[in-house]
Amino acid sequence: MSQEILDGLAVIVNEVAGVPVEDVQPDKAFIDDLDIDSLSMVEVVMAAEDKWGVKIPDSEVKNLRTVGDAVAYIQTATA
Amino acid sequence: MTATISSPAGAPHARIMSVGSYRPERVVTNAEVCELIDSTDEWIRERSGIVERRYAAPDETVVDIAQAAAEKAIAASGIRADQIGFVLVATVTHPYPTPSAAAELAYRVGAIDAAATDISSACAGFCYGVAMAQDMVRGGSAEYVLVVGVEKLTDWVDPTDRSTAFIFADGAGAVVIGPSDTPAIGPVVWGADGEQLDAITMTQSLTDYRDNGGPRFPTLAMKGQQVFRWAVSKMTVVAKEALAKADISADDLAAFIPHQANMRITDAMVRSLSLPAHVPVARDIETTGNTSAASIPIAMDRMLSSGEVPHGGLALTIGFGAGLAYAAQVVVLP
Ligand SMILES: CC(C)(COP(=O)(O)OP(=O)(O)OC[C@H]1O[C@@H](n2cnc3c(N)ncnc32)[C@H](O)[C@@H]1OP(=O)(O)O)[C@@H](O)C(=O)NCCC(=O)NCCS
Repeated sequence: MSQEILDGLAVIVNEVAGVPVEDVQPDKAFIDDLDIDSLSMVEVVMAAEDKWGVKIPDSEVKNLRTVGDAVAYIQTATA
Repeated sequence: MTATISSPAGAPHARIMSVGSYRPERVVTNAEVCELIDSTDEWIRERSGIVERRYAAPDETVVDIAQAAAEKAIAASGIRADQIGFVLVATVTHPYPTPSAAAELAYRVGAIDAAATDISSACAGFCYGVAMAQDMVRGGSAEYVLVVGVEKLTDWVDPTDRSTAFIFADGAGAVVIGPSDTPAIGPVVWGADGEQLDAITMTQSLTDYRDNGGPRFPTLAMKGQQVFRWAVSKMTVVAKEALAKADISADDLAAFIPHQANMRITDAMVRSLSLPAHVPVARDIETTGNTSAASIPIAMDRMLSSGEVPHGGLALTIGFGAGLAYAAQVVVLP
């Protein structure tokens, strides 16, 4: 698990939804644990696309249930 | 030898001289909308920022609504209705393909010598109209132009469709645009992305409905997340371009008046534009709903009349919606 991607994602989630950076941990589910709704999720995805230059299609977004899922996806996409 | 034709001569610049708006009388709460869709007041507030909206009366037509706003704008402009050379009506809810709402409106308000046409650019329509009016005034084809954004969306939205019923509403806003000695409407940044036609469209065409029937008259159909994604990513770029073309920084703005699509889109745009905290942002959607082409002039009128923004201040306006069409420009507020 890339700590760098996790840290970057935590900053994005904080900026979009005001969730404290330290709460953004791999085992946390975006919607159920971090209270991020589907529209904030779209914003998080767009910010991640910008930051890491990856493409996360709409069809993939619903598979990114936890923060760990997103880190893994970005890691693979940038590898 | 062929004779040379003369070329039209217009004013050096154009400006918005006045604004007027009309919000129909009937207030519709989220609770009332939820009588027909499976939703809650809380969900609607969270996802859209809408607390209540206005619905026109059943016998109130698009042109009636437009007239109420237009008469206020004309009265505030200081010119007579018969001096208006062009009437532009931005609407997608006038129920006649022809004749235009603009021709009827021009006649009703006494713009007896005016040319008239409708603009079909949905939520971008008002900003399209301002840009076209500016070009007419500067190009010399009209000295004064009445631009109206008007919608009666309740005629075209399915009240049982939970993806649209809580968003859309009715209303009208109008401006008079005329000559100016100084620049008062910045360069427009506009376009339309036909590749995404299906993001906001109708459930079927009127002719298909006639031929095939089916249970439902055509109504609006929207892919909410696709629209959200497009609006937040692409419209931020467009807004920045409009500022750059006007040679203005976000710090110079007295107001940001985006189309009142959804409060969440506005919030996301404010974030990604890094808009300075001192710039007031139009949030009229809270009590007016999404009135498509009408939302920007209604919000502008409200911000000016409440004293929230100063007359003569600079406002960034941006409209975006079905098409997917968009237009943005910086204007000097009337
Ligand atoms: C319409 C919009 C608010 C929907 O929000 P969304 O987050 O995309 O909604 P989704 O369809 O993904 O649904 C998310 C959840 O809310 C539920 N939901 C959808 N509509 C609902 C409603 N009206 N009331 C309550 N719940 C609703 C869904 O069932 C889903 O629940 P689930 O996750 O438990 O399955 C949003 O997409 C939007 O506003 N987009 C921009 C549209 C716009 O501005 N249009 C105007 C352009 S001019």
